[in-house]
Amino acid sequence: MIGNLAIVLFDGLAFGMLLFVLSVGLSVTLGLMNFVNLAHGAFAMLGGYATVVATRELGLPFLWSLPVAFIVAALVSVAFERTLFRRLYRAGELNQVLFTIGLVFVAAASAAYVFGTAQQPIELPEFLRGVTEFAGFRFGSYRIFLIVVALVITGLLVLGLEYTRFGAQVRAAVDNQRAAQGLGIDVDSVFAMTFALGSGLAGLGGALAIEMVGLDPSFGFHYLVYMMIVVSVGGLGSIAGSFVAASLLGVADVAGKYFVPELGAFMIYLVMVVILFMRPQGLIGKR
Amino acid sequence: MLNARTAADPHAWLRRQARWSPWEVVFWLATIIPFYFFPTYLTLASQVAVTALFAISVDLVLGYAGIITLGHAMFFGLGAYFAGLLTKTGWGEPLSGLVLAGLFAALIGFLVSFIIVRVQHLALLMITLGLGLLTAELANSLGWLTGGTDGLQGVDVWPIFSRFEFDLWGYTAYAYALIVLFIGVVASQRIVHSSFGLSLRGVRENLTRMPAIGSPYRRHLQIAYTISAGLAGIAGAVLTQTTETVSLDSLSFQRSADVVVMLILGGTGRLYGAILGAAIFMIARDQLSGMNPQYWYFWIGVLLMVVVLVVPNGILGGLSRLVRGRGT
Repeated sequence: MIGNLAIVLFDGLAFGMLLFVLSVGLSVTLGLMNFVNLAHGAFAMLGGYATVVATRELGLPFLWSLPVAFIVAALVSVAFERTLFRRLYRAGELNQVLFTIGLVFVAAASAAYVFGTAQQPIELPEFLRGVTEFAGFRFGSYRIFLIVVALVITGLLVLGLEYTRFGAQVRAAVDNQRAAQGLGIDVDSVFAMTFALGSGLAGLGGALAIEMVGLDPSFGFHYLVYMMIVVSVGGLGSIAGSFVAASLLGVADVAGKYFVPELGAFMIYLVMVVILFMRPQGLIGKR
Repeated sequence: MLNARTAADPHAWLRRQARWSPWEVVFWLATIIPFYFFPTYLTLASQVAVTALFAISVDLVLGYAGIITLGHAMFFGLGAYFAGLLTKTGWGEPLSGLVLAGLFAALIGFLVSFIIVRVQHLALLMITLGLGLLTAELANSLGWLTGGTDGLQGVDVWPIFSRFEFDLWGYTAYAYALIVLFIGVVASQRIVHSSFGLSLRGVRENLTRMPAIGSPYRRHLQIAYTISAGLAGIAGAVLTQTTETVSLDSLSFQRSADVVVMLILGGTGRLYGAILGAAIFMIARDQLSGMNPQYWYFWIGVLLMVVVLVVPNGILGGLSRLVRGRGT
């Protein structure tokens, strides 16, 4: 029982870390511009497919394909942001939702056209396969890797946001966009940079997700719901909130599927509705 | 839109707004065409009518009251399952079944409305989405009641007035769905062209000003949400009664998303926009159904992006701007 519990906790945490990498960018961009970007999942999917192409067609090793996923997703997303999304910052939420969901439709159909609807397999290096024994428990090596990567990213994000000039500008813009603009901060380009970073992280998340949850054209849609739960429960623009919410969601999801499989995802949705009803601004959100 | 002259006599203005235009008469006459010219498409026509009614129910909350919802299929599906389960208890009379299903959905809508009116923006979006997903999951796991993924089998609906049997070709089905749609539209028009409807639009336009002028906006939103839920439930019940089956699909997120797409296509905040959007969407999907559904969504996606960027008020909104632009 204790063993099961430990494994569930561990797997849940690994899944939660994956969700965190996938959604933290969305949280920050939503906090910055109030732009409801449902296409975030599509950028994650793009990163996943970039890794598939990089490893299979170009023969790159898996670890080297991860930065490729990051860069491709960041570049493509910033191109979309500069040409299309920026027209919608002043539009209503509904128009933003519809436009970006339209983009998800197009992305899913394009992915199905290019790669087919099958799950994409991926070749992992030797040291990420199998399990690692620790204190009598057997942990999946890839999951350990995932948790380490997510913790490193969290550390970099927190340090970058707290101690760099760019981080200070982002924080100022999230707190009060107009005042930040008045102080001479170029909110527009800060936003473009943040958007690229966030989408790049989503792409990285998409690449990391292949081994754990698979990759097919419905990825953008399926994980969008999870991302939105993390963002809304964690609170907009809050890295700590996203981290807590993603961990909770990951553990709750894995535990729910393990202990009460007949209820399916029911518990997750229930918990989300209750939390949002009690705290519409999220667990740690300010607004 | 409201100038000084109209403000002087609001009741006359409301009456003028509610007056039937010749276009509407033409439209309703045109709905009879399928009986004579496209009898092979009657099944599709009745589904269009059902979907249009569902779209109108969403328009009431989304277009008029400004409550963004991504989970309205919840009420559609609840009405559909209620109507189906009612016939399984041995009571297959359609009209009372329709009313009861509507009341049931409205009751759930009323309960949910207490949550809905207390949240806004992203939280609202996520709560409607979450409630919709939650209901679908619940129906899926209550397999003994709903039939789970196999759908509800053995729905047996009696003939309407013990006379009009639901036939294989869909004559009765389309006539029935059309009449329900017509009643739904007339009722919705009464609602949106009343002072209550105006206060809903007030909430949509400026949420802080409505309480300031003493309008109990939360109560108004709750009433609108309840009515809308009931209407969606009726639409679901019509689908059950005309097809004599219920599937989990009636509760799916896909249905919630599709209906918003239809609304945006046709134009929100104008009831006929909902009908037009539903008709275009359903007919296009039927014609393109030979295509892989994945590619069908490619074009829906492109259409959505174009509509949002080019005609943010939908097709009807764009048309009426053209007409008005020419007039002045």
